[in-house]
Amino acid sequence: MEVFVQQLINGLTLGSIYGLIAIGYTMVFGIIGMVNFAHGDVFMVSAFIALIFFLLLTTWLGVSSVAIALLIVLVLAMAMTALWGWTLERLAYRPLRGSFRLAPMISAIGVSIFLSNFVQVAQGARNKAVPPIISDVIVLFERDGYAVALSYKQIIIMAVTTVLLTAFWFVVRKTSLGRAQRACEQDRKMAALLGIDVDRTISLTFVLGAALAAVAGTMYFLYYGVVGFSDGFVPGVKAFTAAVLGGIGSLPGAVLGGLIIGLVETLWSAYFSIEYKDVAAFSILAIVLVFMPSGILGRPEVEKV
Amino acid sequence: MTAYHNAVSPTAAARPSALVQALREGAVAALVMLGLSFPILLFRTDQGPSLQLVLTPRVGLVATLCALAFAARVLVHLNAVRRERAAAARAANARTVAKGAEAAPGAVARIMGTIGVPLFLGMAITFPLLASLAAGSLNGARYWIDLGILILTYVMLGWGLNIVVGLAGLLDLGYVAFYAVGAYTYALLSTTFGLSFWICLPVAGVLAAFWGIILGFPVLRLRGDYLAIVTLAFGEIIRLVLINWVELTNGGAGISSIPRATFFGIPFERGEGGFAATFGLPFNAMHRIVFLYYLILVLALVTNAVTMRLRRLPIGRAWEALREDEIACRSLGINTRNTKLTAFSIGAGFGGFAGAFFAVRQGFVSPESFNFLESAIILSVVVLGGMGSQFGVAIAAVVMVGGPELLRHLTFTKAIFGADFDPNDYRLLIFGLAMVVMMVWRPRGLIAHRDPSIVLKERKAISGSLVKEGNG
Repeated sequence: MEVFVQQLINGLTLGSIYGLIAIGYTMVFGIIGMVNFAHGDVFMVSAFIALIFFLLLTTWLGVSSVAIALLIVLVLAMAMTALWGWTLERLAYRPLRGSFRLAPMISAIGVSIFLSNFVQVAQGARNKAVPPIISDVIVLFERDGYAVALSYKQIIIMAVTTVLLTAFWFVVRKTSLGRAQRACEQDRKMAALLGIDVDRTISLTFVLGAALAAVAGTMYFLYYGVVGFSDGFVPGVKAFTAAVLGGIGSLPGAVLGGLIIGLVETLWSAYFSIEYKDVAAFSILAIVLVFMPSGILGRPEVEKV
Repeated sequence: MTAYHNAVSPTAAARPSALVQALREGAVAALVMLGLSFPILLFRTDQGPSLQLVLTPRVGLVATLCALAFAARVLVHLNAVRRERAAAARAANARTVAKGAEAAPGAVARIMGTIGVPLFLGMAITFPLLASLAAGSLNGARYWIDLGILILTYVMLGWGLNIVVGLAGLLDLGYVAFYAVGAYTYALLSTTFGLSFWICLPVAGVLAAFWGIILGFPVLRLRGDYLAIVTLAFGEIIRLVLINWVELTNGGAGISSIPRATFFGIPFERGEGGFAATFGLPFNAMHRIVFLYYLILVLALVTNAVTMRLRRLPIGRAWEALREDEIACRSLGINTRNTKLTAFSIGAGFGGFAGAFFAVRQGFVSPESFNFLESAIILSVVVLGGMGSQFGVAIAAVVMVGGPELLRHLTFTKAIFGADFDPNDYRLLIFGLAMVVMMVWRPRGLIAHRDPSIVLKERKAISGSLVKEGNG
């Protein structure tokens, strides 16, 4: 029971990180029908940006309050990663719009290889570790010598995720940008005829997705304190699994899927074998795609002749 | 792109404003570059003396990159303006220019078809000879022949995957799984049962084909991107199982001291009973390398021959029909399940052969050789080759696998960037960039036309853009 509650907490934390990345996948797939393979690596880049800004603020500029430093890091990482998202869309995906289906996908794989090796060249192949940033915990209850703890880090991650997702939800549901986005998702040509700047909307979709990935990257850096250049691929695939599980194209689905994947991963590690946790995640991906391709909250795809 | 059209009006008065516009665009590009590189390039994190990370600023590097971005953007913009003016001028005295430009692609394709293929094949067959002549001795050519083996391995893998992606239109991102199955089949059978390579090679192919059916069966209903993702997941699952099933595969440490290839039973060894002694030659370790080169050349050519024959058989035509329209296929009575499964398993079988070859060549296999990057390289070779064009795949393999190797020889870069600069570090960086650039430049691949599988009276080239691909 204690172990279960503890793993539940850990799983929800991990799941919120996956959920944040998954939104980027699901939005891009919804609007241009493309699996943005490089999204996991954008997440990794954002974790590096967060690391560097954090070091810059704490060691060079002497910001002593960790809370203020983290807040600034979060905002700056979001802005910088959004710029990455915009540039990648502009250079690697926009010229291929209207080209045949495989082209953007291959281009995205190229971007993914480029980004991870760019970071390797720019920052070195070693994992970058910082001492734990916040290590306080709240002990919820204790039984038989096993303390169920909720760390401040986990509280921060869940709180930040909730707040930003709410803000994001508001953007998509209530603003003109969100309306334009949903219109493009339904019918790009018709949206363009009605005066929506489709190119700009798609750009902004990438920017929003990258900004949310930056939140995930900052949280990842805060949670683990270690980042490496190859950290993008596996979280990326897992977040994609989350997006598929929740129903690709559906935003609440992406978050729900992220939480489920996070829970499955931690519970699997706790009760079965930690070595096969990635196999479990990949198997879920295969099983979901084969047996319920529209996911939990997605709309079924109708095939037209 | 719309920015150009609005900004550049093809009038004479536009000349000064075009330059200003270009400079402005360049400044924006430089600013974006600055933003992109601000934290991640400007500061390098290194482990300091007390295990703390310390930041090292690199202002010069970022300034250079920004200047480069500025210059590139200005040039691109001016070029676009020039082209626009030329187009405007052409429109003014129309008709005269149009014809000459039309004929060019067809002519190139024809020359490629008549001269390119025999030339390429001749090069491939005489390559060890040419390389040793160029290097002065057989031993000096070792590096080049090794590189030839590497390229031919990718040619073979590309041709194998081409059956699945190019012919049947099933996008497979986990092809490396079958490569791994083949490699581990040979590694395990030879180290535990002492079976020879020539027995294991067919076994590896058959087992990989079998795995192709197993993995192909559940994904029959999927299309396009979903199919790609599931095959990617299968590829990763196989790699993770290879890492974690330590009792069988020795985990991440891999299997070493795999028996080497023999000349149909005669080992490449010094002394009595060896290859050199049997044929009365002086012993040379290069015999084995040259033999491996010709082995993979033959395997690749067999792959090609089988593919070309299959395309003419009913099953091959069913694959291509399936690629074009699955629903029409079904209504015409083609069994799409069996058609897809044969494509999967035959493609996988060739992957298995290539895997067994890989194991016998390296003498060592570990799960790290079969990661997603490998699948991505093989797929990019197929796509850049123009999917379905066998010759294009061969060229793409030379470009994508051989090209980055050239970086090893760019020693002059050390003189420019300092002694600790190793151009080889940038191999994958450039590879990724090349994938993007190639897609933007030629989304239909290097050879964008298709030879029809069957013809009536006259052979016509089909433009690649008329062919559906990868819709699963």
